Amino acid sequence: MRFYEFEGKRLFKEWNLPVPEGELVEKEDELLKAGEKIGFPLMAKVQGLKGGRGKKGGVREIKDEKELLEFGEKIFKEGFDGTRVRGILLEKKLMAEKEFYLGITIDELEKRNCILFTEGGMDVEEIAKTGRVLKLTIDPFTGVKSFMMKMFFATTGFKGKTLLQLSEIAVQLYDLYIKMDANLAEINPLILTKEHEFFCADSRIEIDDDALNLQKKNLERFNIPIREEKEREPTELEIKAKEIDQLDHRGVAGRVVEFDGDLALIIGGGGASLTVFDAILRYGGKPANYCEIGGNPTVKKVQKLTELLLSKKGIRGVAVITNVLSNTRVDLVARGVIKGMLSKGIDPSKFPVVFRVPGSWEEEGFKILEKYGIKYFTREHTMDEAAKFIVELLKKEG
Amino acid sequence: MAILADRNTRVIIQGITGREAATMSQEMLAYGTKVVAGVTPGKGGQKVHGIPVFDTVIEAVEKCGGDTSIVSVPPLFSKDAVMEAADAGIKLIVVLTERIPKSHVIEMLAFAESKGARVIGPNSPGIICPEETRLGYLGGSNPEKAYMKGPVGIISRSGGMCTELANILTRNGIGQSTVIGIGGDPVVGTTYTDLLPLFQEDEETKVVLLFCEPGGKKEEAAAEFIREKFTKKVVVFFGGRFVDRMPGMRFGHASVIVRPGYGTTEEKIKLFKSAGCIVVETYSEIPEIIKEFI
Repeated sequence: MRFYEFEGKRLFKEWNLPVPEGELVEKEDELLKAGEKIGFPLMAKVQGLKGGRGKKGGVREIKDEKELLEFGEKIFKEGFDGTRVRGILLEKKLMAEKEFYLGITIDELEKRNCILFTEGGMDVEEIAKTGRVLKLTIDPFTGVKSFMMKMFFATTGFKGKTLLQLSEIAVQLYDLYIKMDANLAEINPLILTKEHEFFCADSRIEIDDDALNLQKKNLERFNIPIREEKEREPTELEIKAKEIDQLDHRGVAGRVVEFDGDLALIIGGGGASLTVFDAILRYGGKPANYCEIGGNPTVKKVQKLTELLLSKKGIRGVAVITNVLSNTRVDLVARGVIKGMLSKGIDPSKFPVVFRVPGSWEEEGFKILEKYGIKYFTREHTMDEAAKFIVELLKKEG
Repeated sequence: MAILADRNTRVIIQGITGREAATMSQEMLAYGTKVVAGVTPGKGGQKVHGIPVFDTVIEAVEKCGGDTSIVSVPPLFSKDAVMEAADAGIKLIVVLTERIPKSHVIEMLAFAESKGARVIGPNSPGIICPEETRLGYLGGSNPEKAYMKGPVGIISRSGGMCTELANILTRNGIGQSTVIGIGGDPVVGTTYTDLLPLFQEDEETKVVLLFCEPGGKKEEAAAEFIREKFTKKVVVFFGGRFVDRMPGMRFGHASVIVRPGYGTTEEKIKLFKSAGCIVVETYSEIPEIIKEFI
């Protein structure tokens, strides 16, 4: 889960990381008061969760009240980058002499956390490409000690007071990273002012979704609500699908991403669903959704999910395609899908539908499919063949 | 020969009294795996399908001589379970559990490494050496239908695709030496580059088949390793080519996210091709291609 900049800075303050004086403005009519408190010129920063804010004009230097009102009115009315914003953070403008990038994240190849540091406050991705990043891999049992940071930054030419302050910032950032179960903690830019003092001008913190239970108390303490995040707002269908997935704890049936095609997909397995989706596209099919099932979901879950996917306008076919299943029962999936179709008033023997779901209890499953006149493939045929079959059937039907 | 395990491997199952682990242990016994003991703290003295259960791993090792462990315990208990196994001298630890906090994963992997233990997973479906042994749940209740002994080594980021790929090979009369699901998480104990050297040494293995996904840097590292050090034929199949066009969106496994600038399938495929690998468009083509090299 990613934090807003202002939430990250709330944590920074708690960990004694230097942040510029700032005020979060959540409503348009609070702009002026907050602006006067900070004093002009100031920096206005849109609070959203999408990346690339700077490039898209979400961070602006504001000269006076008039500019602030203009900027604020636009953002609050129109949103930013296609989404509503959480607010605008107004901050004191810093006179930067130099800008740096300081970050902590996981190196998946080394299987360790690492500290990354470089000059210049540009995009992380851009920085990574230059290869000029200084990197220190961290032993999880030793952690980050003050002396290590002093040695690390001394190699880049820092001396005296600035070396001490920078080292302390890195030590504190690592402490925050560990205590919050973060997967990413970045200060970009970390500004060195003309007065030779460091300030964290931005914050980007992402905590581990698998550690949210461990972080409940901390999140409450810092007043940060747990939220689901996606690149875009979830659609109504996606929200309803999630509710179905949560009907009971048995199996997964309802992780849905909606698209605007005409073929409803119920596909299985982490890697297999990727493979099936590729195959449908390759043969010219138009998926209406991406939807995984697995872990032996109940008949009811599969039925509800089928009903939901069929309720979308313009659905012309259904493809139920999975890898050879280890623990999901074929007969349960077949019953769920058929029940869903019947309750929607669809005759499975007449509607374009294909099954390729081999695995546990497949004989029972195949019997049910035969009874309802549904075309199915066994493990003798690949998922590609099933994908091709349904796409061509839909093409024929025009 | 298979890699990592064979019919003599003596297996301990941590968390054996759980419903899924109990079913799995029965399936493993049926496949011929030597499951010598189970461990569930607080349930020492019980039996699961005739397998004795102990409170600690060290007890299981001392009394039953286990050398390999399978960890199937709840996410927040997994770190301790892995460290306990490594401390008890277990050298191969297969972690099936999903959704372990990454800070725990980093710590348990570092500890296991310091004890000289290899960790497969977390979020791994396990390993199967067809007609020898099975560690984990690959193939479910009828692994013999999908897997048979032979010359192809498979390394996969997806559990389901392990069985799917083995199945299509078996249908075409091509067997497998060892099939390993490395786990779909960003941080796993063993990746392509750790396993390729073992397949290089293994005389039975003639071809290695990789199932790859978008996201992360594991494939990039694998391609570099193959270019420099690997002499056997490598066939590569990618699931999720479409993800390149949807940066930031997550599909399937936790690690399948393409970030701007890296992790794209396009870039990974380019590297594999330049390393001399055969990258197939659809997995249906794989048997025909592999037949040329065995």
